[in-house]
Amino acid sequence: MSMPKFTTEPVTINLGPQHPSTHGVFRIRISFDGEDVVDAEPVFGYLHRGTEKLAESRTYVQIVTLTDRLDYVSSMSNNLSYVLAVEKLADIKVPERAMFLRVISAELQRIASHLMAIGFWLNDLGAFATPLMYCFREREKILDMFEMLCGARITLSYMRPGGVLQDAPEEFWQALEVFLKEFPGYIHELEDLISGNEIVLARSKGIGILSGADAVNSSITGPILRASNVNWDLRKADPYEIYDQLEFDVPLGENGDTFDRYIVRILEMKESIKIVNQCKENIPNGKIRESNVPFFIRPPEGDAYASVEGPKGELGFYLVSDGGISPYRCHIRAPSFINLTSLTDMLKGWKMGDVINIFGSLDVVIGEVDR
Amino acid sequence: MTTVLNGNDVAIEIQKYFDGAIIGSNDIDIWVKPDIFREVCSFLKSSEEFDMNYLVSISAVDYVEYFELVYHFVSMSKNHSLVLKMKLYGNRESPVASSIVSLWKGADLQEREIWDLLGISFKDHHNMKRILLWEGFPGHPLRKDYID
Repeated sequence: MSMPKFTTEPVTINLGPQHPSTHGVFRIRISFDGEDVVDAEPVFGYLHRGTEKLAESRTYVQIVTLTDRLDYVSSMSNNLSYVLAVEKLADIKVPERAMFLRVISAELQRIASHLMAIGFWLNDLGAFATPLMYCFREREKILDMFEMLCGARITLSYMRPGGVLQDAPEEFWQALEVFLKEFPGYIHELEDLISGNEIVLARSKGIGILSGADAVNSSITGPILRASNVNWDLRKADPYEIYDQLEFDVPLGENGDTFDRYIVRILEMKESIKIVNQCKENIPNGKIRESNVPFFIRPPEGDAYASVEGPKGELGFYLVSDGGISPYRCHIRAPSFINLTSLTDMLKGWKMGDVINIFGSLDVVIGEVDR
Repeated sequence: MTTVLNGNDVAIEIQKYFDGAIIGSNDIDIWVKPDIFREVCSFLKSSEEFDMNYLVSISAVDYVEYFELVYHFVSMSKNHSLVLKMKLYGNRESPVASSIVSLWKGADLQEREIWDLLGISFKDHHNMKRILLWEGFPGHPLRKDYID
């Protein structure tokens, strides 16, 4: 008696667009051969609001509010990147105190963003809500401080071409001092819970490996790139604002797996604390905004590209001016969007259970992907 | 600090290998002929002197009489940067540029985005379809003559 012959074919499954782990409306079409991923294609655009088109009919100052809504968990970094581009285009000088305030708020934002990344990644791993709430508790304190700075918690619009909205009030400095004193202890607590946790290690070590060469070739930036052991951080490589006066290290991963992407974020938070401490010590007195910046900025004809090391990677703005009050073209180099380039390569060959783990470790924010 | 390479100097260097490839240059930018753009990129990536291993971003601008593509490159090893530009004249209906995905995978999604929003298609791209808007969306919204 001969055995019946079996043939197999891959099955295509949609992950999303409505799925708790996609952190927004995002879809991945995945082909499985049994448990193994054979192909994956990210499908997005559900949150496309046409930010670049909207920018063409707003003044340079108004666009700051649009940038808040790109990566809505790190508005400060978005603001910073945008105002740097405008300042480069229109040749606007910034007072030193404003630069310090910008760096303080951008680094606090990096901590808030990394807390979200780590919390949600653990959520995706199945550590449901508990570690996320630990992260949210700390993020809340940062949002409180932002509220003191500018009255908003998420959509901040704190920065302006030529400076910042207003000086930090006395209560901000008090809250900041408490935060800087307490936060290293909380990182320690988080690490105690996670970094040595057997289940987390089993699920993240050696999973979703991205090689350094592949990461560079795919234009991957930020913690994902550094987890793949590539030493590239714009704060060091091309210092903007006052980063050249500050002392901090660039943490690197070794293997480029999901665990390294987690640990790089933990270490970066520690470096951010170092940076904020130095800024708090050395912040000079003086004005916080250049007074001769007109309400309607009319940069000379030309173009400019400026970028910052945002929490997700290199966030850049390419602005073209025709001499008018709004940009002729405003292109956003969004790190979350470009970091998705390697998603397919990273998912291929891994098991069904690793898909959400790997996707979660990329720390993608849909507002920035879709713009 | 990332050194911004002088466009005029690099243009002379490129001219040595690709005669007539350069249309113009200034201190920052270099305008390259569209039909030889990919070869110039390939040279910049592989040459030891430039070693442009990281494609930062691709932007596209509609200047009505032509489209301009703007490529920002950085060399992580040498820590210098360069801007290449390409002007696409004529044929507003379906302008075509050459794809550089085979050199930098990072161009993949960015070229698709430009096709989606500005309607510039890229020759030899393996998956040239819309990315942010849905298939069948009328027109390309970032064009200056787009009417909602």
